[in-house]
Amino acid sequence: MSAQVRIPTPLRRFTGGAEAISADGATVGALVDHIESNHPGIKERLCDEAGEVRRFVNIFVNGEDIRFINNLDTPVNEGDEVSIVPAIAGGSG
Amino acid sequence: MAKTYQELMTEARDSVPEVTIDEVQAQMENGARPTLLDVREREEYREGHLEGSVPLPRGFLEMRIEETVPDKSTPIVAYCAGGVRSLIAARTLKEMGYENVTSMSGGYTAWKNAGYKWVADRQFTPEQITRYARHFTLPEVGEAGQSKLLDAKVLCVGAGGLGSPVALYLAAAGVGTIGIADHDTVDMSNLQRQILHTNDRVGMPKVESAQLTLNALNPDVNIVQFKERLSSENVMRIIDDFDIVVNGCDNFPTRYLINDACIMAKKTLVDGSIFQFEGQVTVVDPAEGPCYRCLFPEPPPPGMAPSCAEAGVLGVLPGLVGCVQALEVIKIILGAGNPLVGRMMHFDTLSSEIRVLKLRKDPNCLVCSENPKITELIDYEEFCGLRPVNAA
Repeated sequence: MSAQVRIPTPLRRFTGGAEAISADGATVGALVDHIESNHPGIKERLCDEAGEVRRFVNIFVNGEDIRFINNLDTPVNEGDEVSIVPAIAGGSG
Repeated sequence: MAKTYQELMTEARDSVPEVTIDEVQAQMENGARPTLLDVREREEYREGHLEGSVPLPRGFLEMRIEETVPDKSTPIVAYCAGGVRSLIAARTLKEMGYENVTSMSGGYTAWKNAGYKWVADRQFTPEQITRYARHFTLPEVGEAGQSKLLDAKVLCVGAGGLGSPVALYLAAAGVGTIGIADHDTVDMSNLQRQILHTNDRVGMPKVESAQLTLNALNPDVNIVQFKERLSSENVMRIIDDFDIVVNGCDNFPTRYLINDACIMAKKTLVDGSIFQFEGQVTVVDPAEGPCYRCLFPEPPPPGMAPSCAEAGVLGVLPGLVGCVQALEVIKIILGAGNPLVGRMMHFDTLSSEIRVLKLRKDPNCLVCSENPKITELIDYEEFCGLRPVNAA
């Protein structure tokens, strides 16, 4: 399954600046592994040592938070839009 | 043949039934709710009117009645000060096809003298009437809405990139009390985006600069300064007096502190954050959730997330995100539309894409669930790192 994955600004240095990339996988977990194989280093930003999605990062499939579906086992269908949304802090500076 | 005033009145009396103030009072007691149409001038209405009545000055009657009362079978009781203008107005309505129109004889004067219930709107000053004219003509705001805005108390956390447009638009809109919490002073590097401040105020505390700008824009607004860095020690005191808290802080420790404090103190939170070209806005209703921790349970450790100071931020971005925050605040005060509760508006300004992501309440949320694990405020600085150094 091929999905469009939105890369947030803080992680674009792993994707050569690309704001969206195409990735394959039947689940979000497989998708993340596929992204990692093409863009090494990005998975560590998304997942902790136990392989779970980090607590300050959210992944949405078609606007729905995967934590409320099936986490990294959430299925991905052809043409789905996957958004990676990390907590960002700026405002005043 | 031309008609005299007396002839016009006689004709009106023949075609429109008159009701006494006692009959109207009895109708209201019986639960019949006719549309009470006040046809006096706005100024007379403002000074006092029947509760639940609809203002429609006679001069605008024909023009606006179909919009105000679309169903022509609706029972209408028209009234004015003494019963003359309403009789003529009622006759006009009858000619326009309204089937159940009566005129209240004796009018508002007799009603008030009889000791029946009346209410007065807020008395706007002539300056306010001019200043908020564009609000008064919006049905979603009107005089009642403007009155809510003037009574509202909103705290802006941070008088920086986000706080600037938020506070400016809230002050312009006439939000009556605006608190500004910021411990910092104006720096030249702030001026690229923090439009509350000016070149000649470099070195001035931001709260003071904010007050100068906001009161120059609208002297009607009461600005409350908090020149303090928010911590677990002072946050509950600072937010206590406000209805809505707007988060425009620049760091994770404060962002989580504000979220937790707002849940604990049951304050509505309008959260906004920015990074380089990206922005996020969500509204936390403390009674319903979800809260910021439902989405991001814990802040990132040092090194995992950069601050704007290190990563840079496009000057216009906080303007965009702050304006959405200001908009949400005003919607919440007015009770208009659907605020971003349970949703996050996400801006990607480089691709010009705006997404609205669904947020859900986490039943195991550390703060807003039924059995929260966090029951005391945390100063994350200790283990969150002062400033992450290894920017992602």
